[in-house]
Amino acid sequence: MAVKTSASRGLVSKLPFYRRATTEDIVLDVFIYVCLLLLCVVTIYPFLNTLAYSFNDATDSIRGGIYLLPREWTLRNYEKILVGNPLIARSIVNSAIRAIIGGALSVFATLCVSYVFSRKDFFLRKVLTPFLVFTMYFSGGIIPQFLLMRNLGLINNFLVYLLLTMLSAYNVMVMRSYMDGLPDSLVEAAKIDGASEYRILFGIVLPLSMPVVATIALFVIVGQWNSWFDTMLYCSSEPKLTTLQYELQKLLTSAQNIASADAADAAMNSGDSKAAVTPTSIRTAMTIIAVVPILFIYPFLQKYFVKGLTIGGVKG
Amino acid sequence: MKALSTQGQTGQGARRLGKKKSFMRLAYEQRQLLVLCIPFLLFVLVFNYLPVVGWTMAFQNFSPAKGIFGSDFVGMANFVEAFNDTNFLNAIRNTLSTSFLKIIFSFFSAILLAVMLNEVRIIAFKRTVQTISYLPYFVSWVVASNIVYMVLSPSDGIINILLMKMGLISEGVPFMGEPKYFYMIIALSNVWKNVGWNAIIYLSAMTGIDQELYEAAAVDGAGRIRRILAVTIPCIMPTIKIMLVLQIGHLMNAGFEHVYLLSNPSNISASRTIDVYVYTYAMKGGRLSYGTAIGIFNSTVSIALIMISNWVSKKIDGYGIF
Repeated sequence: MAVKTSASRGLVSKLPFYRRATTEDIVLDVFIYVCLLLLCVVTIYPFLNTLAYSFNDATDSIRGGIYLLPREWTLRNYEKILVGNPLIARSIVNSAIRAIIGGALSVFATLCVSYVFSRKDFFLRKVLTPFLVFTMYFSGGIIPQFLLMRNLGLINNFLVYLLLTMLSAYNVMVMRSYMDGLPDSLVEAAKIDGASEYRILFGIVLPLSMPVVATIALFVIVGQWNSWFDTMLYCSSEPKLTTLQYELQKLLTSAQNIASADAADAAMNSGDSKAAVTPTSIRTAMTIIAVVPILFIYPFLQKYFVKGLTIGGVKG
Repeated sequence: MKALSTQGQTGQGARRLGKKKSFMRLAYEQRQLLVLCIPFLLFVLVFNYLPVVGWTMAFQNFSPAKGIFGSDFVGMANFVEAFNDTNFLNAIRNTLSTSFLKIIFSFFSAILLAVMLNEVRIIAFKRTVQTISYLPYFVSWVVASNIVYMVLSPSDGIINILLMKMGLISEGVPFMGEPKYFYMIIALSNVWKNVGWNAIIYLSAMTGIDQELYEAAAVDGAGRIRRILAVTIPCIMPTIKIMLVLQIGHLMNAGFEHVYLLSNPSNISASRTIDVYVYTYAMKGGRLSYGTAIGIFNSTVSIALIMISNWVSKKIDGYGIF
């Protein structure tokens, strides 16, 4: 499964080997371009629609009929979340903290373990590699896991966010495959020069593995930012530890559990029209806040992930 | 299991051999490597393997006050109860239907998208489509579910608006409120979120196809559709087979987050998959032993399916996942 990227370097890939376009070619091209454009629209529209709702006046939104642009512009939905609601503001901070610290820890752990597993002379390699890989296909189940966390004192503890997902077998396999591709002579030469393993890892292997380290870093950061179930399971009774995705999940679930979200929106505003936020307007604004960091990371991510995925798919 | 145990045995073999000669010496020589990996692997041992000790709960009438060593032993009673529990049987059915539909839809959509992208010769267009189609993969299921919920809203969801404009329905359909739509909602929203990502592996398989094959087909008078069917598809067939076989292992896993987030009291008869059932009924209801028993059943069947798919994929091209 060799990946050749050279063909996609130019603006238009190599000219086709036939000269004249037949009717079939034209029909097929039209069909494909239409389908792909449709895919783009279907992918992007819901985000734009959510964006429009999040900037539209909440009371006005109840009337419906908002598509790509807000009808009555307002920043109140965001203001309400970021300034008026300490819980949600807190949740955003927590999500950011766990993404940064959890991400850093995870990258460090993955780097160390991958390096050791990539060393063919490591004497426990044949035992420890399957030990780790097996965790990809197997889980003890949430109830035993939960009880264990309770016994370890990790309930309502920020550490649970950092430790539980610290080492992912898949990420180790991806990074290890990359390191396997580095010439063995580098490590050997360094050893002859008397360098310690730490020196070899951080001074030689790490600088050469930057593309894969960046990929894994971005993946784990996105994973941390996106995760909500661990908050619900382990930290739901401690508001100080709440996360953005969990708060958003709570809104979604409550919206689903009442018969009509519109009725709820209307009820919330019936008494005091100055309140002017509804569960829907808050939800859309929070959705946008949850997506925006991904959009910032995304360009960096895309540069690397195709390569990372292909390596993992072939060798992992 | 076979592949794994063989690997394990050779590992132990090497280790025994080392022990005779210089296991301690090797450990001393490579102590820096041990320092780099053992601390992290201890976390794996604790978080991934230690919960298995809790499986004894499934054979007990577990009460948190008495703990694992003090609770009463009840044998297979929890498993017997599960198979007489209509809700659990319903959960098995929902899990299998949901994951089956998910696999079929995501599989064909990804291949179709890859084939289409492979036919696009304007690179800028291809890149743009790819960039856009990957995006939903990186947002959380919470965000994606919110979007599904909005798009399907009976009052102002775009799907209902379009259907009404086309005159197919006269008033909004409450898609999220009816069990009969649920499997399809899961399958299609899964396509929406993952199709771009899933297409990557097929696209990269296509870049490896020898261009001469296309030229030869063209010389023989094959049009583009014919070339897709006679060259592209057969050339990526090994990838297709492997990906399909790997999916078998996921049959017992309908995707907890996705299903849980879209489930609500009115569609629960279709959205109650095994892991949703374990969480909402057993865990929240305090039936810890019962939930663990169901979890064990699910894990065992999943592992069996993975072993089967591993065995099949080895038969097909000599490579397993282990």
